[in-house]
Amino acid sequence: MTLASILIQLLNGLAAAASLFLVSAGLSLIFGVTRIVNFAHGSLYMLGLYGAYSLIEFFGRTPLGFWGAVVLAALAVGLVGVLIEVLVLRRIYRAPELFQLLATFAVVLVIKDIALFTWGAEDLVGPRAPGLSMAVEIMGRRIPAYDLVLIAIGPVVLGLVWLLLTRTRWGALVRAATQDREMVGALGVDQAKLFTSVFFVGSVLAGLGGALQIPREPANLELDLAIIADAFVVTVVGGLGSIGGAFLAAIIIGVAKAFCIGIGTVTWFGFEVSFSKLTLVVEFLIMALVLVVRPYGLLGKPQAAQRAAEPAPRLQVPSWTFALVWLALLALVPLFADRYTTILLTDIVCFALFSVSLHFIMGPAGMVSFGHAAYFGIGAYAAGLLMKRFGLPMEAALLLAPLVAGLFAIVYGWFCVRLSGVYLAMLTLAFAQISWSIVFQWDSVTGGSNGVFGVWPSPWLADKTTYYYLALVLCGAGIVFLWRVLFSPFGYALRAGRDSPLRAEAIGIDLRGFQWAAFVLVGALAGLAGAVYAFSKGSISPSSISIAQSTDGLIMVLLGGVETLTGPVVGAAIFTWLRDVVARNTEFWRAVMGGVILLIVLLFPQGLVGGLKALVARWREQRA
Amino acid sequence: MSHAILQVEGLHKAFGGVQAVADVSFAVSAGEMLALIGPNGAGKSTCFNMLNGQLTPDSGIVRLEGRDIVGLRPRAIWRLGVGRTFQITATFASLSVRENVQMALYSHAGRLRSLLSRFGAAFAREADALLDQVGMLDQAERTCGVLAYGDLKRVELAIALANEPRLLLMDEPTAGMAPKERVALMELTARLARARNIAVLFTEHDMDVVFTQADRIIVLDRGVLIAGGTPPEVRANPNVRAVYLGSAH
Repeated sequence: MTLASILIQLLNGLAAAASLFLVSAGLSLIFGVTRIVNFAHGSLYMLGLYGAYSLIEFFGRTPLGFWGAVVLAALAVGLVGVLIEVLVLRRIYRAPELFQLLATFAVVLVIKDIALFTWGAEDLVGPRAPGLSMAVEIMGRRIPAYDLVLIAIGPVVLGLVWLLLTRTRWGALVRAATQDREMVGALGVDQAKLFTSVFFVGSVLAGLGGALQIPREPANLELDLAIIADAFVVTVVGGLGSIGGAFLAAIIIGVAKAFCIGIGTVTWFGFEVSFSKLTLVVEFLIMALVLVVRPYGLLGKPQAAQRAAEPAPRLQVPSWTFALVWLALLALVPLFADRYTTILLTDIVCFALFSVSLHFIMGPAGMVSFGHAAYFGIGAYAAGLLMKRFGLPMEAALLLAPLVAGLFAIVYGWFCVRLSGVYLAMLTLAFAQISWSIVFQWDSVTGGSNGVFGVWPSPWLADKTTYYYLALVLCGAGIVFLWRVLFSPFGYALRAGRDSPLRAEAIGIDLRGFQWAAFVLVGALAGLAGAVYAFSKGSISPSSISIAQSTDGLIMVLLGGVETLTGPVVGAAIFTWLRDVVARNTEFWRAVMGGVILLIVLLFPQGLVGGLKALVARWREQRA
Repeated sequence: MSHAILQVEGLHKAFGGVQAVADVSFAVSAGEMLALIGPNGAGKSTCFNMLNGQLTPDSGIVRLEGRDIVGLRPRAIWRLGVGRTFQITATFASLSVRENVQMALYSHAGRLRSLLSRFGAAFAREADALLDQVGMLDQAERTCGVLAYGDLKRVELAIALANEPRLLLMDEPTAGMAPKERVALMELTARLARARNIAVLFTEHDMDVVFTQADRIIVLDRGVLIAGGTPPEVRANPNVRAVYLGSAH
């Protein structure tokens, strides 16, 4: 590379870093004060792009129209953020953290469909910035003038946010709350107002980040989850709650990506290494590296322990007769049901195992995973590829697939168990995205974005009813096995480690070792679910490994309730069935699902099964 | 006096430029209650955390029954026979009192790796015997998360005794308890320690507890040991009086 091309890539990277920084700073600010991992933050960014697009069309493509539209779009997104805070999140600040997460997923679904309804499914290509559409010549290369403006905006906003945080009373409160939220509350600060204002500022930053991208990137409906993954990576690499850290991390990641594109394909020792294909992975590699070396990010500090954390409830041993009766009932269904219902039930059974395996790791083992689809997807791909590319019989592929997923869990888990809390969750997300990128880009093996086709079961299993029984037996056995493990010494050790890592270590428990083993166990069983699912569908697409699939799993677990064993099964059944029913009747199934989830979140903050149990308990009390 | 269980020689630890613990040496014998006292910031916790494996000393030797344990992780130190209680109790809140003790017993027996057997089938009698000794047997079925603080302290003691320790490290064992309960807990500890010939090292702010329960007392001030001896000796020591009552010379 010449000096000139290095400079150009550097400038490209810095321009890309600007929006990334704005979005991440907003996310970091909101998380710092409210401790809510706001998945809907990416949706706000997406609204920023759409808003700017429409406003520019309305104002006309003049410099004033453009910049007016950008600022107005950002402010409007800020108001949307306030709306989310006041209508939804404020009501559940006392609910368990995971439930707040579920609420933000629901908001993602709703906003996506509002955007679909308002702007349609087509990508909307915005105009170039009026007055800045020319290119500037630097060292013989041409750089869009708009990119240079973006490069300047990053530090300017950093400076403004810094002034706001250090020179105003509001900023002092935000910094204090970031360090110790409860103490600020105890000092009599009106938390509701503080949270709303922080949501406003954070959302404006997300909206601004989006609006500024409109000349560079078309507005589309996939941006919400794409940017949220990036923003998570940036905040985690920089250190949660650290604005300066977010800036630093955005630059590192923006520049690293730009260089990967710039380098292109290189031949080393006869091997072709495609750096441009690395762009989707490089940020996650950086994150994995940073978290292993500095578990709190580059400029982050260990979080103050939360004092009010409620102890997890005691788990009740499931009644085996109850489980057997259900299995028997499920086995009878195909006698009455049509083909369609049988296929839907097969889906439900697969997702039930997926959901139970996720519950195992995030509930009793206390390790929240935002990337559980990695193992589901790897299981699915392993099954398909073992059969199609290695020519194994379907039965062998089905049984080997969980082992492949388990192997990946060994590698990913080794890193993950070194972290805890939000950092752990983000790292799991990172590994899922790395897996997704590999699957998505490795056309020659995985079929790229098309996926793998013709993954059908052997003839003796081809009948839908027969296959349903196979799924029921395999997934049912998996679920019962996981439940049983929870009440074994191993499962108890995991629960003990979740309750008090300090005490676990003090009585000789190698907690990391146990957590690692648990990671591998649930990875393999999620892989089994994925493999069974793959053969039931006949094809595998990269979406089986996507963030959306991971969040589906989280929704299933949280919907049913993390505090009971049967909750995740009920959650999986209701979610899968509801999605099927709603999607058959309306194009806007996401909004309906989101609305239903929000309703449940507001009515049953302990999940469906937990809420029902509480209702039954209250009813019994009244009778007694 | 019987043989020394814990021997500490020339322990040093500095944070940045601040010498937190300097050249601290002492020993605890089997069946002995040794109190480590000192004003706030004297270095008691730092000293403690170097013995239990949470901190590594800059220099110095820590011997447990003759074996150097510097650099070992807390769980390895536990395996060598060191039980601990914490300043802020640490128990497994979602498990029952009995299960908490059983957890330590399973771990001691190396039987936590089983995936399919049912936890709780083994060691129930052993757990109940320990709970009986600390007076918690009647609450064995209750979930730890709902216990009163004083009761949690006693559960911790039962957990700490589960691996038949040679040494008990108790960091402010009576912090947060009512005065009456404090003496009772430490009397119980002393009784168990003597009966089982366990060495006990504890830090404590309550001077009533210290002077009635400790066999010997060592006094730390600004990282340095300034006195040591029996309670009457320490009480009479002018250095100690100066530290606690303000300079008299």
